[in-house]
Amino acid sequence: MDKMEKYIRDGKSGMTPIVKTVVRFVMGIIFIFGAYVVLYGHLTPGGGFAGGVILACGFIILTLAFGKGLALSKFSDKWASIIDNSAALIFLTIGFIGFSGGYFFMNILGKGKEFALFSAGTIPLCNIAIGLKVTASVFAVFLTLSIFGRFVSKLVDDYEDDTEKE
Amino acid sequence: MEIFLLVLTIFMIVGSIVAIEAKNLLSSVISVGIVGFSLGIVFLMLGAPDIAITQVVVEILILVILIRATITTDNTAIEKHKDTFPVVVSLIFFGLFLIFAYFAVQELPQFGDPLPREAAAHYLDNGPEETGAMNIVTAVLLDYRAYDTMGEATVLFASIVGAFVILRRRGRKHRKDEDTEKVGILEDEDIKKNFEGF
Repeated sequence: MDKMEKYIRDGKSGMTPIVKTVVRFVMGIIFIFGAYVVLYGHLTPGGGFAGGVILACGFIILTLAFGKGLALSKFSDKWASIIDNSAALIFLTIGFIGFSGGYFFMNILGKGKEFALFSAGTIPLCNIAIGLKVTASVFAVFLTLSIFGRFVSKLVDDYEDDTEKE
Repeated sequence: MEIFLLVLTIFMIVGSIVAIEAKNLLSSVISVGIVGFSLGIVFLMLGAPDIAITQVVVEILILVILIRATITTDNTAIEKHKDTFPVVVSLIFFGLFLIFAYFAVQELPQFGDPLPREAAAHYLDNGPEETGAMNIVTAVLLDYRAYDTMGEATVLFASIVGAFVILRRRGRKHRKDEDTEKVGILEDEDIKKNFEGF
């Protein structure tokens, strides 16, 4: 019995086992689709913002189905703020690297072949940075609104119990 | 196609009116969702798949967050009568807006026939060669107008910091009792008393 199965059998946190089982199969597809939208943003419709929100929705569906214990163990609020800040810095760094070619945000890398994954210079890198930033920040907003919110007293008390045990 | 767009627009207007007038908070949140998803279809029909994807995804997210927030918060309806003065003032300003909009709309170009602009023509003609990105929207967002995108990311960053600071339950400093009474933050006993049913 692996860890996810233990969480599915656990009746205390999250929704019913039906929802948990469906979410367990759908979640991987959601994450793959989000990563696809981010990585292929320069070739197909989408981009960093839309893909990042899809990835964040994957984490949110995990939180809603399994409760906060599993979601915070996969992606805690501390890591969310760290990734948010560092991705913003990466995006700014890409902009400053453009100064070596001439001006801010200059596309200094090679253009590559048409319709290839590794093409369009710095645009895919910017997409990845924005995708990471949006994922972390949107999930952090969800955490602050639901789990750390002032009105959700029961959830917060459970979370405080968990942190005290650690 | 324009008839279908008109039907969707009327549907959106009806959805927003229902969202305002509904007594139940949950049903008004779902009516807001009707507006958002119809807007996604409109963007898709007008040939803007990038914005349609973003609209649908953000709408799902906002709906989930709003429903999550409305279920856990206090949602008693306000029974007071509306004051007449604000209603009259807003009706007057709405009429003024309609009068000016009547003259302004006549100056707009025809539907589906945008003004020829040199910058847009340059992006469409030279975008793939100059940037290497096949998606012209991404080419404009992250190459020609990357500085704008950085400002957008900064706005997002600032709003996240604000949300963390304001919505966080426990502050960094230790809270004293007189501060709590002054600011009006609910204590645990008050929360349990007021929101026991949720």
